[in-house]
Amino acid sequence: MRGRVEEIADRWVRLQVQQAALSGGTSESELREEADTLVAALVTGLDSALPIDRVATSHAELNRAVTDLSLNRARGGESPTATAMAVLALKEALLEAVQESTQDSGELFSAALLINRLLDGAGALSFDTYVEGREEIIRRQSRQLLELSTPVVRLWRQVLGVPLIGTLDTARTQVVMENLLQAIQDQEATVAIIDITGVPTVDTAVAQHLMQTVNAVRLMGADCIISGIRPPIAQTIAQLGIDLSTIMTRATLSDALSEAIKLTAGPLPTPDAPASR
Amino acid sequence: MSGPASTGVPILRLGDVLITGLLNELDDKAALAFTHELTERISADRVRGVLIDISRLEIIDSFVARTLMELAMMARLLGARVIVAGMRPPVAITLVELGIELVGVETALNAEQGMAALGWRQSPQPPEGAHRDSTR
Repeated sequence: MRGRVEEIADRWVRLQVQQAALSGGTSESELREEADTLVAALVTGLDSALPIDRVATSHAELNRAVTDLSLNRARGGESPTATAMAVLALKEALLEAVQESTQDSGELFSAALLINRLLDGAGALSFDTYVEGREEIIRRQSRQLLELSTPVVRLWRQVLGVPLIGTLDTARTQVVMENLLQAIQDQEATVAIIDITGVPTVDTAVAQHLMQTVNAVRLMGADCIISGIRPPIAQTIAQLGIDLSTIMTRATLSDALSEAIKLTAGPLPTPDAPASR
Repeated sequence: MSGPASTGVPILRLGDVLITGLLNELDDKAALAFTHELTERISADRVRGVLIDISRLEIIDSFVARTLMELAMMARLLGARVIVAGMRPPVAITLVELGIELVGVETALNAEQGMAALGWRQSPQPPEGAHRDSTR
């Protein structure tokens, strides 16, 4: 079998190309490169003294080859089936090679058993790595989303706006709150407008997060207006019995802005304001 | 209740407004002494407003928060408004997460705006006003 490394790799690539004809994806030269590394690693793995069902996980070189392959597939957006089939196609390639090299059915059977165990380990490892790769992508994307989606903009003198887009969860509310309060302190803003036009749904949790933000803004000594509550959301809020009565709300951002300007423009009149002495 | 002025927190009177500030976190005893002293001063000086600056406070625990709420209520009973000014963002976040909303306590962004809310105005400054209206 050691003498037929080239042939096995060739066959494996061919099998994968047949599958790839259906799904499209990695180019043939890349496949060839992967196959060469993996088969070479496989051979050294078999030479090592490790028990056969642990070669795929414990042999560093083979482990790395399988991991690389799976990660590449995951990042390239291949489906899990395609990735698993790619690894398992090697099993077929090996079996064919063994079949050609021996006629003795007992030997053939034991070799098949060995190949099965080996490749099953590799398949499991490949799937693990694939999932890990995908999760890494998801984590990165949610981090990017968090950075992107919470700008605090200055709308007017002493008026700040926060246009919220997307679903609010605890982590995002935390970021929004921190950014907003910091901006209020830095810019000495007296009114903050939270625009939720881009928030698709409001449930009790989201409403509670909004209340928390509004209260924190109030504690800082500024006023808070929520704008852009759409009719379906208004219905949900009323039906859920969420009490937003202590919060100033306006239909649109422009209404909220004009209200905010009114709030900031006045010289804070008190009815019996005595002149400063 | 026997130790007067034991907190070491200065309480200044400006017209009919008392100004004070909390420097570092108060322990419970100091908070009680502070409440006592401040209410005495409110009634003795017959003030109309109290400004408490907390911009130097890094931490407000539930006891201090409750003290502030009680102070606001006591002052209201004595005929004065209490304004808590200059709370820091992390403090506000912590309080909200603890579910303490300082109900009934008026807040201001900083001491200046707190004083404005209490009816104090900056003395008119013609140069600046003229500068601002120069486009007209």
